[in-house]
Amino acid sequence: MHVAFCAAVLVFLIAPILVVVPLSFNAEPYFTFTEGMLRLDADAYSLRWYASIVEDEAWLRALVNSLVIGVSATAVATVLGTLAALGLASPAMPGRPLVMGLLISPMVTPVIISAAGFFFFYSSLGLAQTHLGLILAHAALGTPFVVITVTATLAGFDVNLTRAAASLGAGPWRTFRRVQLPLIAPGVLSGALFAFATSFDEVVAVLFMGGIDQRTIPRQMWSGIREQISPAILAVATFLIAFALLLMGVVEWLRRRGSQAD
Amino acid sequence: MANPRFPGNRGPTLRAVGLTLPLVAFIGVTFLAPLAAMLIRSVYDPVVADALPETLATLASWDGERIPDETVFRALADELVAAAEARTVGQVATRLNRVESGLRSVVTRTARRLRDAEIDPEAATPWRNAVVSVADAWEDPGTWRAVRRAGERVTPRHYLNALDLDQGAHDEIVRQPEDLRIYGALLLRTLVVSTSITVLCLLLGYPVAYLIAHAAPTRANLLLLLVLVPFWTSLLVRTTAWIVLLQSRGVVNDLLVTAGILGDEERLQMIYNMTGTIVAMTHVLLPFMVLPLYAVMRTIPTLHMSAAASLGASFGQAFRRIYWPQTLPGVGAGSLLVFILAIGYYITPALVGGRTGQLISNMIAYHMQQSLNWGLAAALGGILLACVVGLYLLYDRLVGVERMRLG
Repeated sequence: MHVAFCAAVLVFLIAPILVVVPLSFNAEPYFTFTEGMLRLDADAYSLRWYASIVEDEAWLRALVNSLVIGVSATAVATVLGTLAALGLASPAMPGRPLVMGLLISPMVTPVIISAAGFFFFYSSLGLAQTHLGLILAHAALGTPFVVITVTATLAGFDVNLTRAAASLGAGPWRTFRRVQLPLIAPGVLSGALFAFATSFDEVVAVLFMGGIDQRTIPRQMWSGIREQISPAILAVATFLIAFALLLMGVVEWLRRRGSQAD
Repeated sequence: MANPRFPGNRGPTLRAVGLTLPLVAFIGVTFLAPLAAMLIRSVYDPVVADALPETLATLASWDGERIPDETVFRALADELVAAAEARTVGQVATRLNRVESGLRSVVTRTARRLRDAEIDPEAATPWRNAVVSVADAWEDPGTWRAVRRAGERVTPRHYLNALDLDQGAHDEIVRQPEDLRIYGALLLRTLVVSTSITVLCLLLGYPVAYLIAHAAPTRANLLLLLVLVPFWTSLLVRTTAWIVLLQSRGVVNDLLVTAGILGDEERLQMIYNMTGTIVAMTHVLLPFMVLPLYAVMRTIPTLHMSAAASLGASFGQAFRRIYWPQTLPGVGAGSLLVFILAIGYYITPALVGGRTGQLISNMIAYHMQQSLNWGLAAALGGILLACVVGLYLLYDRLVGVERMRLG
């Protein structure tokens, strides 16, 4: 009975995502399986919704915006987050719990509150409706993930390695680059992917402070769902599912590698 | 790295602080300053005070009961006309209207008409006559009390309104009229829904985490994927998926009709209401319950349960006395995480909640984007933030933020 219950819960978790994929190939503008689809009739399937998003310039612009904002925010979050995690890992760091709590706060603050704050503050600086404003906002939202993953990697880090490097005459920078960085690289990369996924899926800050020129993919989906939901949304959703699988695969691979190194 | 053999050496401390400082400064400017801006906005509103400084200064000595002096009317007339020319009168009218509804048209009309009004210099109170001839609301002391109250730069009004309260004629705190009491009920609904979702996630997630934690490694990895895929999939995609499944011409209703369980006219309304919000949010938040539970359960040796069984305990006894207590850190972590996320959820209720499935966040978004009552939006945000900070501190006390892990 336990197994049956768990199977039902796991179906509940995964089925909605799986249902989206075949429906995105629907030849009809419906959100349900047509009789032809159930008969596996080739004519009931088509790529028309994929064609419609590829031809639609709005989606292309949204993709470019998502990538520009996501990559820039991730770069900022990864560099600052990794440095901070290195500092926090040192036993000499004063006030560690407080600083850690402060740095994690963007992750646990409801995004509706952060987005309202972003709107008020960035508007007063003239950064609302600019790419820079959104990059800074998304970088802030992404840093906790980098701090957490790199801190977790550093928890298993053998301090004697840096001491050994130092005793062999390596300076702090060389020790970092040749000894520490290769060992924490999986954690850094995982954190960067988490930060990118956060930005790539973020819609509330974009809604509040982005203009027409900052429409990202989630923002475009939001409009699509609210205004006129068409199976084209499901084609985008399928693309996003594939992308999520890719990100997840890389992060899991990095984690396996990290735990093998222990 | 610190060298404990040289306690007097300050280098490591400086180095650690130096590495952390850039991010602390960055978060301070890009995240904490915006939060502060929101909190300031919730208590500070200078629009009326800036537009009507002279009026408010002359009103300061007014007793609050009779009609104010001629000097007050004159100041008001001058400043309203100036505000109309500076195109700020609309903002002033909106603020006054929020204190006393109906004042919007009174203010804009007064400002517009006074521009070309003829003032009779012979009369004893020419300005008062001119102002009152536009709208007799200016003969009501209540209107002037509203002007004085709207002129306060620092005001508790937004927080009071967010709690369904208001200031009465003599600054006493009164409850809003029954038809305006919406936020208290909404806050309560948000708490009830968040609690229900947390309980649902725990009931669904606990057995699953148990199964995964004690399965053979290959099987466990496979099952874990079924939890991780939704965890990584875009929130909008998952919400869209529920729309596809649950709408009246959607997959679930079609299945029920095809199976003959429902007639074509009896399709269930499972979305755009509270059901939609609860189902979709439980789906979205379930991985946040399963993953911390799994992390804790993985470390509990199965030997404990076998030992209890060999000593004659039934499964129920062994579970209750041996297993469950050891999983409490995971239960606490998962529940608080789900609850914190649920209480501030916006996207999912907005898309699948319809009219009856909205939560407090949706009201914040409404005041941010539609009614443009930013002060009230900020106050609602401040209250929500206080709830979350309280829970966060509880989480830190129980679990420790330093031990937070992802996946």
